Amino acid sequence: MEAAPENATQLLEALRQGDEMAFTTLVDKYQASMVRVAMLYVSSHFVAEEVVQETWIGVLKGLAKFEGRSSLKTWIYSILINRAKTHAQREGRYVQLSLDEDSEAGEPTVSPDRFNPADNPLYAHHWVARPDDWREIPEEVLVSHETLERIQQAIDALPPNQRMVITLRDIEQLSSEEVCNILEISETNQRVLLHRARAKVRAALEQYLRQ
Amino acid sequence: MTVDRLTCRELVELVTDYLENALPPEDRARFEAHIAGCHSCTSFLEQMRRTILLTGKLSEESLNGDSGDELLKIFRNWKKSNFESE
Repeated sequence: MEAAPENATQLLEALRQGDEMAFTTLVDKYQASMVRVAMLYVSSHFVAEEVVQETWIGVLKGLAKFEGRSSLKTWIYSILINRAKTHAQREGRYVQLSLDEDSEAGEPTVSPDRFNPADNPLYAHHWVARPDDWREIPEEVLVSHETLERIQQAIDALPPNQRMVITLRDIEQLSSEEVCNILEISETNQRVLLHRARAKVRAALEQYLRQ
Repeated sequence: MTVDRLTCRELVELVTDYLENALPPEDRARFEAHIAGCHSCTSFLEQMRRTILLTGKLSEESLNGDSGDELLKIFRNWKKSNFESE
């Protein structure tokens, strides 16, 4: 979980004084997550590791100038994403994300045929059939490796902007404020992308769990 | 203000706003009133909650890679150039 503010301050202070423990604490905390985030932009795990390494160099070099206007975490991820974009550009892979555009605007996130039509006298726009109750699914099925794999596939299939937001929010557990700052998008926009992403993952899970 | 009741079809599009605490109070009240009387939407909301929970478990699927030594080297070099020069 997020360190208490005074801890973050202490960590930053220790880091500035060259405390190796402070540095390894930070690395242990964020390294795996940073590699996953870098993978959103670059093609290989190898390049992602390189991006993360460059990020740490950038963090150390920038420490003296870091004013703490954003949290240390937000600052680190911003550097990470900039580095990752540069690498992706070099690979000819980076396409400017239209994070502000919702290409699916107005489209329902649950298939319309799941609901009764408007002319249904009693139950217009109500569910045709009740969605499955996942509380009845045994924990070992729900939290199995196969289920998680299915989720990862669904995320991999998302448009890049939705994939980015759901990864940062629901996998890396960054706050909505952090994600908006890092990706430079509005709260509303972020929620729209998150909703679309979650809805698609839910639909994929539903299909998988029914088999 | 309980004029307009939400339909199920409308409600499913508001779930993320609801979970993010982003609904204006009157919409939140309408949302909760609908959920209270609708088993189907209760199941749907539960599915969305579980989806989020399960997605979070992906962070435990660790990527291998041992960059610790290399990073320590970088740190020590940085320290050297910052604290031992001049």
